[in-house]
Amino acid sequence: MIYAVWLPFLLPLIAVPAARRIAEALAPRPAAWLLTATTVALALCSTAALALLVVAGALLLPPVAAIGDLIKPLAGGNVLLTGLAAGAAAALLCFGATVLVRTVRRQTAELCEARRLMGRPKAGDLSVLRDGRPDAYALPGRPGRIVVTTGMLQALEPVEREALFAHERAHLSGRHHLFLACAELAALCHPTLRSLRPSIGYALERWADESAADAVGDRSVAARAIGRAALAARSAPSPRPSAALAAAAGPVPRRVAALLDRRPAAARSRGRTVRGFAVVLLACLALSAGAAVEAGTDLHRSVETAQGESDN
Amino acid sequence: MPDANAERRPAGELEASVLAALWAAQGPLTPAEVQHTLPAGLARTTVTTILSRLHEKGAVARTRSGRGYAYTPTEDSPGLTARRMHTELEKLEKEEDRSTVLARFVSQLSDHDERLLRELLEGDSS
Repeated sequence: MIYAVWLPFLLPLIAVPAARRIAEALAPRPAAWLLTATTVALALCSTAALALLVVAGALLLPPVAAIGDLIKPLAGGNVLLTGLAAGAAAALLCFGATVLVRTVRRQTAELCEARRLMGRPKAGDLSVLRDGRPDAYALPGRPGRIVVTTGMLQALEPVEREALFAHERAHLSGRHHLFLACAELAALCHPTLRSLRPSIGYALERWADESAADAVGDRSVAARAIGRAALAARSAPSPRPSAALAAAAGPVPRRVAALLDRRPAAARSRGRTVRGFAVVLLACLALSAGAAVEAGTDLHRSVETAQGESDN
Repeated sequence: MPDANAERRPAGELEASVLAALWAAQGPLTPAEVQHTLPAGLARTTVTTILSRLHEKGAVARTRSGRGYAYTPTEDSPGLTARRMHTELEKLEKEEDRSTVLARFVSQLSDHDERLLRELLEGDSS
């Protein structure tokens, strides 16, 4: 096997930070698309590379070689190394596939269970839970619905409630749960892609925030709705398992600041830098896909040679 | 003041807004009171129509109040609280490093976040 097959494993290390830097400078909607497309593309390339390693190693085994009509061993490469790489790749693929199937089933089960528990909403797309703790989320499906607690409704002013509903409707109509699912599945294919999950989540929240600001026609109303909801949720004892919290500014203050347009000047990346990162990202994606294709072609060529076909 | 744009919103969205107003209130509301609390200037007749539609669907209960009715919301899923919903959902996922496709309106705040957020909101209102 040629060296190209290793590139798709290494390139995410460069592509992921580049994509994050570009996304910071983009509007939320293109940012969400860019990050999701990047993570899916990198995940596909590294999975394809793993598969190629497995195939190359499997062809070393006499029964597989016989099935492939090989009349002589595959040319080139160290047999021991190819075998070891194939074993490791096969283990990773099996593990990844198991976790992937489990994740898909868990997320589907979670959605079905949530929908079953809620029953059918009687008023438009709104389901209300009698609970003093403020909480709200979008429950995707056909049709999607908004789940909100009485605590949340009471914590907000009427116009802020409209902002909340517009935010959740943007999640539903934009089918944001599919972006989140892609981010989650891609993260299973390559560990570096895990760090893109929070970035994608943030871009989706910002996308919905902007839709909410448009719907109520006032950015500061949308900002206040988010801020008050978060503060109210904090003052109530939380039923949620508390996730690890970063010491740096979390997503909520950043969302509010973005709506009020009071980000520090340093946070606004300059155009030239962003263009630089865009070139890096494009190069990484092209190289990653190109390397996977090249490794595939190379394997195909050596298989044909080993099948006794002339390679002139 | 009735607003023509508000009237053109999809019926489902108007129903959601009216129901939310009833849930946010402490007691039963008359159509006039509902109209008063809604931000989008809806005509009184529109509010009355939405309330009777919600009543037909069983989303609200009504009691006589003067010459009209006063409305209270009825529970969608009686006894189901957010806490129970979360416990039920958490049974499904025991793994750590979990993430969910249920996008929450707001994530949790750290102490630092809370200070930052209060500063931002105070700065906006002044």
